[in-house]
Amino acid sequence: MSSNRFTSRRERLLRLKTLREGRTTAPSRIDAPALFEQCPNCNKACSKKQWNTQLLVCPHCGFHRPVSAYLRLSMLLDPDTFEELNDSLKSTNPLDFEGYPQKLEQLRRTTGLKEAVVTAKGRIGGFPCVVAVMDSRFLMGSMGVAVGEKIARAAQTARKAKLPLIIFCASGGARMQEGILSLMQMAKTAAAITHFQEQGGLYISYLTHPTTGGVTASFASLGDITLAEPEALIGFAGPRVIEQTIGQTLPEGFQRSEYLLEHGFVDAVIPRSAMRDTLIQLLKLHSKGGGRRG
Amino acid sequence: MAEFTPAEKVALARHPGRPGTADYIQALFTDFFEQRGDRLSQEDASILGGIALFHGRPVTVIGHRKGRSLAENTKYNFGMPSPQGYRKAQRLMRQAEKFGRPIITFVDTPGAYPGLEAEAGGQGEAIARSLAVMSQLSVPLITVITGEGGSGGALALAMGNRVLMLEHAVYSVLSPEGFASILWKDPTRSKEACDVMKLTAQDLLELGVVDQILPEPEQGAHTQPEQMFETVDAALQKALGRSGIWSDPAGHRYKKFQSMGNKFLTQKPKEML
Repeated sequence: MSSNRFTSRRERLLRLKTLREGRTTAPSRIDAPALFEQCPNCNKACSKKQWNTQLLVCPHCGFHRPVSAYLRLSMLLDPDTFEELNDSLKSTNPLDFEGYPQKLEQLRRTTGLKEAVVTAKGRIGGFPCVVAVMDSRFLMGSMGVAVGEKIARAAQTARKAKLPLIIFCASGGARMQEGILSLMQMAKTAAAITHFQEQGGLYISYLTHPTTGGVTASFASLGDITLAEPEALIGFAGPRVIEQTIGQTLPEGFQRSEYLLEHGFVDAVIPRSAMRDTLIQLLKLHSKGGGRRG
Repeated sequence: MAEFTPAEKVALARHPGRPGTADYIQALFTDFFEQRGDRLSQEDASILGGIALFHGRPVTVIGHRKGRSLAENTKYNFGMPSPQGYRKAQRLMRQAEKFGRPIITFVDTPGAYPGLEAEAGGQGEAIARSLAVMSQLSVPLITVITGEGGSGGALALAMGNRVLMLEHAVYSVLSPEGFASILWKDPTRSKEACDVMKLTAQDLLELGVVDQILPEPEQGAHTQPEQMFETVDAALQKALGRSGIWSDPAGHRYKKFQSMGNKFLTQKPKEML
């Protein structure tokens, strides 16, 4: 791993926040496994240290475990270059949906996130860029008004600062609890990304498990370059809905990264170990006159 | 005037006799020439589109097409488009832009088709690309939601500079059945879902998702279609006559969709352009 600095800093802040709020238990984190932890795929155990050095990829079977947003950023960015954008942006309750604000508050406490996406400015291999990372622990990474607005603002920041934009998608789609306004975020994000691209901006879409629904049908599918993590579920309709519609079981590997590669919808399936180097390569290819026009 | 509950409106919006895109084209336009195929692989008849004259002005008109009989519905896949349908729509929109024709879209779909081939053909990419194309169009785009506005499959034709909606049409993030199934793990609670989803024209006007409600004949559009056609005709003429959407249609649309939902943010957005 390039740096543990972000993770440790985040942990420390969370501990302080816990103390401040007078609670006794620290927020739990899926990216901080116990001393030994089983692989959810092959059930073989690994030490915590091994999981971390392997970037949460199982050394036995190659299974890519989900990565939380801040951990992903710490794997990706050069040390001390992380600068979070719009970190306090939240949505209210447009449908007055019962229990929704409470659910959000509970998730904020348990995950340490404010919303299902973290947006930041930083450097990768020395190249400055804007990065957005979705986190599937937060209501399945679903897109409501706040997520849509943070993505749109990330595109806006990238456009104004003439920086490349990289988005790590991980989402169940539009957020049901915010109803039609979640659907409208598809239009908002697609328009913001397209506006940025039309002015010469480079947008790399990085699809991770799972990327479905309204996120697939908006910014996730609009990359100038589209990359995917191995075996990630990527699609518009969920597999269960499709099975009910067509009345048959789906073939092995359907809607997985490799399937999309075969059907022409991603440029490359990149294992996590090569994630940073691949992005550095792409950023390099778009610098030195290969970048924006004009 | 008749008062309908949200669930009753959903039933009205899905009524098989309700006027659809083909009916509006026949009633409101002349010289319609249908354009078929996405020029990549296939024709998808669940989206109907072409060129026509609207009060003498050439326009591109595109809409979802539902059938009235089983044979028609098999052909039109119950108004559920495949990626090829959306790519055809993109082709027609780009062409409209080339010739400076305004675009009118009619929205009436349960949603994009959730099938194996549709996924293999990139349903998500097709919808995303439609949104990207619409966001940049330099000609005005007027959308009329006539029946069911089902999810991303509806939005993919609905990024209008003006979005008009029939009084008893519905427009939602997902079908009420799907909503109940996801949030309460119980699709039979769809009636309850109708009540909380804010899917009626009246709710959507308040949320800023639609710009205008078009009143229907008392018992719904299907009871007096002629009256409905007159209302839609007048509203479309008025919408196309608005000077605001002609000076910079793309900029106008961009601002409009960037502001969607922003009044429900805790922190107010800065100017986006």
